[in-house]
Amino acid sequence: MNLTLKVWRQKNAQTAGKFVTYKAEGISPDMSFLEMLDVVNESLIHKKDEPIHFDHDCREGICGMCSLYINGHPHGPKKAITTCQLHMRTYHDGETITIEPWRATAFPVIKDLAVDRSAFDRIQQAGGYVSVNTGGVPDANEIAIPKVIADEAFNSATCIGCGACVAACKNASAMLFVSAKVTQLGLLPQGQPERYSRVQAMVAQMDEEGFGNCTNTRACEAECPKEISLTNIGRMNNDYFSAKLFREEHVHEHNE
Amino acid sequence: MSEFKQTFNSSLGKKLIMALTGLFLCTFLIVHLGGNLLLFKNDDGFGFNLYANFLTHFPPIEVVAYLLYLCIIVHSLYALILTVKNRRARPVGYAVVNKAPATWQSKNMGLLGTVLLLFIVIHMGDFWYKYKFTNTVAFKEYRTDLATNTTTSSAYTPASPDFEHSVSTENNVEIVRVKDLHARVVESFSCLWYVILYVVAMVAVSFHLLHGFQSAFRTLGWVHRKYTPIVEFVGTWLFAVIIPVGFAAMPLVYYFTNH
Repeated sequence: MNLTLKVWRQKNAQTAGKFVTYKAEGISPDMSFLEMLDVVNESLIHKKDEPIHFDHDCREGICGMCSLYINGHPHGPKKAITTCQLHMRTYHDGETITIEPWRATAFPVIKDLAVDRSAFDRIQQAGGYVSVNTGGVPDANEIAIPKVIADEAFNSATCIGCGACVAACKNASAMLFVSAKVTQLGLLPQGQPERYSRVQAMVAQMDEEGFGNCTNTRACEAECPKEISLTNIGRMNNDYFSAKLFREEHVHEHNE
Repeated sequence: MSEFKQTFNSSLGKKLIMALTGLFLCTFLIVHLGGNLLLFKNDDGFGFNLYANFLTHFPPIEVVAYLLYLCIIVHSLYALILTVKNRRARPVGYAVVNKAPATWQSKNMGLLGTVLLLFIVIHMGDFWYKYKFTNTVAFKEYRTDLATNTTTSSAYTPASPDFEHSVSTENNVEIVRVKDLHARVVESFSCLWYVILYVVAMVAVSFHLLHGFQSAFRTLGWVHRKYTPIVEFVGTWLFAVIIPVGFAAMPLVYYFTNH
């Protein structure tokens, strides 16, 4: 199949970018979207052009590295998949596809379609961990956790940190990501010691990175490749207000 | 104090302020609709005028009223601040608009809110301001014969410009003299563009609250498998259907019964 691509090309974060149109010819419907871009890049290299820069890694939908805002959808039009899992049979011959990078102040463009998502890493480092005691190896089933709680925590933990929620949100808010990271630990007994300091630290870091504010449009959960639910944001808000308004143990942290 | 300052300056804190002021304004709508149902009573505005007099002369309600005006201002101001911050979070927009299945009202709360703020300014200027701060609202005298319980009304011109309200009894007749806000309502609702403004504003209320009421609960973090469906039901049927329809019926009924 033959396609027309409108691709965002941008040298680096400092220079302005623009759309450039390319022809993608002889594309197999069984190729993934990224393989299609590989084919286009090969032809660009043959022509001694700069290949299109895009993020990718595992190519099996688990690493969260691939991005691409395709025809108005992060990770393309299909539900619950990443761009690497999107196949060209989704498109028809002769179609025009517009490919843009994630757009957010907190995700500056590195080059072309690749953006710097280290803001997410800094939010994670601010509090997305549990303390583990040293010593003997604890028994795996020492702490009983109800199945439903374990399942809910696992659902939140499936977040791969790709940033599709930020890309889809009209406010470029990162609250779905942050809330999933807060909830996956906050629901479990192991996450309790840092539960209320974690939520405060991660929200503070999120604000510092310059993400927008959630207005509950639900675009994030619709576009999330791992179907993280909006309920997580409710849980994060609950923990945050509980920590800020009703708990005393963290007051000293702000009185330094 | 710095702890609270930090809390309310955070993204979630600003959203908390939006949610709390918004929900307070929602509760006001229930009271406002309940009282204004007196407009449908065919008593030449006796009940409605007494109610208006009560609202403006009972001190606790005065206090709540000013709290309400403050909430309107804070809600609008924080909406503006948050919108500016949200725009800054994405300085370069997309060429293709996001096609996620988000509801129209959830993406246009600012537009709906602006329509409502304009409406509130016109609405309060026309009734609240004229009633409280000008002498353009005339007076009316209601004479109720306590033996037969029949009420007659007539225009009344107070002797002193400071006159507000009086209740007296002569023999069997109770005489009530109040500002005739009802006449202002009749006058306003006989004007077609005014009726259209009210109906458009009530459509805006409906869509604003269809998203806003349940969104406020999500912002507060009150998400619960048992109670969220109830919140969504109340937000849809009470706040997005019954209340706007009730309010919109007032100008429509007055316009069509007087024409």
